[in-house]
Amino acid sequence: MATQVIMPKLSPTMEEGQLSRWLKKEGDKVSMGEPLAEIDTDKATMEMQALGSGVLRKILIQEGESAPLGQIIAIIGAPDEDISALITQASAAKSAKAAAPAEQSDTGSQPQSKPDGAAATSEAKDVSGNGRGEDAQAEVVPAGRLIVSPLAARMAAESGIDLRAVSGSGPGGRIIKRDVEQLISGARIPATAAAQPQQRHLRAVEKLPFQKSATAQASAYRDEPASEMRRTIAKRLVTSLGPVPHFFLTTEIEMDRAAEMRKGINQLDAELKISINDIIIKVAAAALTQHPQVNASFQDKTVRYYEHADIGVAVAIDEGLITPIVRAADQKSLGEIATEVRDLAERARNRKLRPEEYMGASFSISNLGMFGIDEFTAIINPPEAAILAVGAMTPKPVVRNNEMVIRQMMRVTMSCDHRVVDGATGAKFLQTFKRILENPLLLVV
Amino acid sequence: MRKRTSGPSRAGAEDASATGVMDEDAPPQATSPPKILQERRQELKQAQKNRLADLDRDALINIYHQMLLVRRFEEKAAEIYSAGKIGGFCHLYIGQEAVAIGSISAIRKDDYVLTSYREHAHAIAKGLTPESVMAELYGKATGCSKGKGGSMHMFDKEVNFLGGHAIVGGQIPLATGVAFAAKYKGTDQVTLCFFGEAAVNQGAFHESLNMAQLWKLPCIYICENNQYGMGTSLERAMSSHDISEKATAYDIASEFVDGMDVLAVREATLRAVERARKESLPTLLEVRTYRFMGHSMSDPGNYRTRAEIEQHQERDPIKLFSASLKEEGVLSDSEFQKIEAEVKEQVEKAVRFAEESPLPDPKELYTDVYASPIKSDQN
Amino acid sequence: MPVVTMREALNQALREEMLRDENVFLMGEEVGAYQGAYKVTKGLLEELGDKRVIDTPITELGFAGLGVGAAMAGLRPIVEFMTFNFSILATDQIINSAAKMLYMSGGQFKIPMVFRGPGGSAFQVSSQHSQALESWFAYFPGLKVVMPATPADAKGLLKSAIRDDDPVIFIEQERMYGQKGEVPDDADFTIPLGLADVKREGTDATIVARSLMVPVALKAAEVLEKQGVSCEVIDPRTIRPLDFETIITSVKKTNRVVIAEESHPFCGVAAEISSEIMERAFDYLDAPVKRVSGADVPMPYAKNLEDLAIPNVDQIVAAVRQVAYLD
Repeated sequence: MATQVIMPKLSPTMEEGQLSRWLKKEGDKVSMGEPLAEIDTDKATMEMQALGSGVLRKILIQEGESAPLGQIIAIIGAPDEDISALITQASAAKSAKAAAPAEQSDTGSQPQSKPDGAAATSEAKDVSGNGRGEDAQAEVVPAGRLIVSPLAARMAAESGIDLRAVSGSGPGGRIIKRDVEQLISGARIPATAAAQPQQRHLRAVEKLPFQKSATAQASAYRDEPASEMRRTIAKRLVTSLGPVPHFFLTTEIEMDRAAEMRKGINQLDAELKISINDIIIKVAAAALTQHPQVNASFQDKTVRYYEHADIGVAVAIDEGLITPIVRAADQKSLGEIATEVRDLAERARNRKLRPEEYMGASFSISNLGMFGIDEFTAIINPPEAAILAVGAMTPKPVVRNNEMVIRQMMRVTMSCDHRVVDGATGAKFLQTFKRILENPLLLVV
Repeated sequence: MRKRTSGPSRAGAEDASATGVMDEDAPPQATSPPKILQERRQELKQAQKNRLADLDRDALINIYHQMLLVRRFEEKAAEIYSAGKIGGFCHLYIGQEAVAIGSISAIRKDDYVLTSYREHAHAIAKGLTPESVMAELYGKATGCSKGKGGSMHMFDKEVNFLGGHAIVGGQIPLATGVAFAAKYKGTDQVTLCFFGEAAVNQGAFHESLNMAQLWKLPCIYICENNQYGMGTSLERAMSSHDISEKATAYDIASEFVDGMDVLAVREATLRAVERARKESLPTLLEVRTYRFMGHSMSDPGNYRTRAEIEQHQERDPIKLFSASLKEEGVLSDSEFQKIEAEVKEQVEKAVRFAEESPLPDPKELYTDVYASPIKSDQN
Repeated sequence: MPVVTMREALNQALREEMLRDENVFLMGEEVGAYQGAYKVTKGLLEELGDKRVIDTPITELGFAGLGVGAAMAGLRPIVEFMTFNFSILATDQIINSAAKMLYMSGGQFKIPMVFRGPGGSAFQVSSQHSQALESWFAYFPGLKVVMPATPADAKGLLKSAIRDDDPVIFIEQERMYGQKGEVPDDADFTIPLGLADVKREGTDATIVARSLMVPVALKAAEVLEKQGVSCEVIDPRTIRPLDFETIITSVKKTNRVVIAEESHPFCGVAAEISSEIMERAFDYLDAPVKRVSGADVPMPYAKNLEDLAIPNVDQIVAAVRQVAYLD
């Protein structure tokens, strides 16, 4: 009876073999155990021994061809035996095997090709929370976590205590059993204090101490873990609009009272020479202290909140632009600001600034009003979260108390880094800014 | 045959000379054993014929049947392994059949056998059914080790087959312990311990032989010298090539045996068994043989020449034995054909059994880890 | 109850079990005529004869394997390693033969035997004679590992180990042979394997300690008691299978854990216990599990360095104070 010679398994890991050399020709006598061919496996070139005796009647794969394990590659039989049925069977099996993997790879490649299209990519990302694509979420969790022992977390959950309201006494501020126990026993915030998560969030922020900046004189800051949402917003927007995703908020401000104030002050002290821009800096600083989210910077895993408003003031110089910084503008009087800005601008034009005088602002202001520009948008100076573009102050007819009156109007546009500042946050800041600038007396309240 | 005797404890030295086919002046030279064997071919052949007279016809037929069975069984196993139905390693015994069949034919059913990972023949010779061995190769629940051991770990407590062991030389201390237990319990059971010549370089061999002679244990150490430890020849691995001579170091009786002559192996084993059973003494047999196939199915075989293999195949133990049986008229052509057909049917039956047997139940993963599991354990 | 040393308690266990079962025999270096290198086998040769008590050559791999073979053939060997340091030579037979035989034979060949001897740190014998190897053996399914810390435990557990049908690694602490305690002289007294013992009850922190670290942990617990910290001391006694139930129950009560061991920390038993606590009692932890392990260095010879390499009372006290947020 004829023996089918199959591609043998010659190593435990072999899946297919390449026939490197036939050691017998068709018609040669073959006996059991005799070397029949050389096969290249994943490990070595090996001799394949005949597992039957007779004549090598038919070779079914040629030297250099590969065959999967178990495929019939030759037939050994008696010299006069009819092997036509075996050959048919073998070639049928061979073509079937050849076809099968091709089909598989056709279907197999489909899901892979889909994400190649840009539309598919963003679509996939929109489906948040299902599938491996949402790496951001998995990464974010630890960063956004409170430091709390597993036991304390469980006890708090069981007692309905919001851990964000708890101050941890363990190492690194870890909330531990005794902290929760103290709360349960009524020593501190009652368990029901669950309202207004946003506020508590800020309180938690305030608890963190400020750290000194590496830049001399620059504002100290505290890094608050970026929330999961914040990081997701950041990640998503960056893919859409550069590394700093800008958006713009414009408002029109009535400047009569500010101008009046300026005039008044300068009359009191001619030396001071306060400009409208100085007032804008002071007002911006005041508004920033009320909106610390804008006096901030996105730091990937954390959001950095600055203790003071270090306001950069864009100054055009011959070679381009430089932004010297009024440090802690929130702490300074208008006069101090005016003097400092004049000095800084002067030295900026003479290229005399030291690096710490133009590096590391928390907020910037660019004023092109002197060039007659009504309105423009400025580009954020990273890692700041916002820049205010100030246009020219021009008299305009406006409606006040149902009457058309002329007022000194000025348009400002704030560019915000959407990774830190959301639309509403920016709008609220601008609202405050506008309110103070329109009522500068608020600066002294 | 040679018997190394020098010490006073050389029990059995007298009867050893009875089977001498190699004269005392021409000891087997490990450096060129095939040549010596070739020169002595006629002499060896005649010796085998002479031995035929000592056994009754049924016993001879049984030996022949067994040799043919394990040969055909392994040829089939090779085919099935090639088809990918047997996993892991598969170490074939083809060429060495005379050793396992000859020696195991010399012991009782309640005697013990331990061997290495090249064990299919020993298992069948000791009384495991081809079905349970084939099913174990297939990794089936009906295998002799419930599919947990595979080719290298066949066991059957019923017939005192104490395993294939897969760390080279690892079974030698074990067999010594089995022999120790037999002596401790006062039974007259003997233990056969098979290993390749490469195991002789392991410390376990020397530690065991020392203890066996020190405590007079009925253990027969059968070194199947097939001349290659995987791909490394004896010459490249052993400083002193004469393995039977190593017994001298431990004052153990030893013999050198032609491993292609099944009856020579049987007779040498019989002498060792007698020494073990009656005097509770160990013996080291060096049985010179040759493996026709690779070390395992994944052996590229580039360390020896085809001519060398063919030279040894001329002394194929089955061919030699069948020629003797034929010439002496023990078996006729038709009887040979009948045995061939019986063996073929046995092997096919074993394959069918293995094919049709179920895989082990997934629950079996966690059974047999402990004989007395403790509740708190993770298992 | 009679007060005896751990050495005597072990001797009683050996004698009682060998008298109880003919199939039990003892072999090892110097166990007979020499009366045992640590005198644990004192008098056994005289009483039981040289068939049952066998002096071996220095051939650890050989006689360990011989023991496994004898167990395959129905005996119940006790193989003594003069110290467990020498068991390293025999690990092929312990791991590849004893641990796996039952499994790879499909349940046919159980190995009812005990490998026993002193282990852990000894007194100024340097690196090769002073080491704790339990995590090696406990790694392997098929082996059971026992480490007694009191004379009564030593006796009760050794008797159970000898009666057990699986290979048991029984590690006696070399420094503790002379430790005294009450030991039942009842021949039926046994302590089941796989059962931890609460050596001291407490509420504020759990100290898991084994072998030499049990008395050290108990001393630390006394010190901490005076500082107002109530410690529970748990001795697993059997390292594999480990009684996690008892530990987890205690952790759920105290919420804080220190695990003391004289072995190296890396891939050690304490790491395993710590991992299990994290998986099974995470929500009950008020502090990270703290390990106090032997120094991660070979054992030095010099007395001062040796002292530094072995955990002491102060280290355990400091660790407990740390998990209890007291420092």
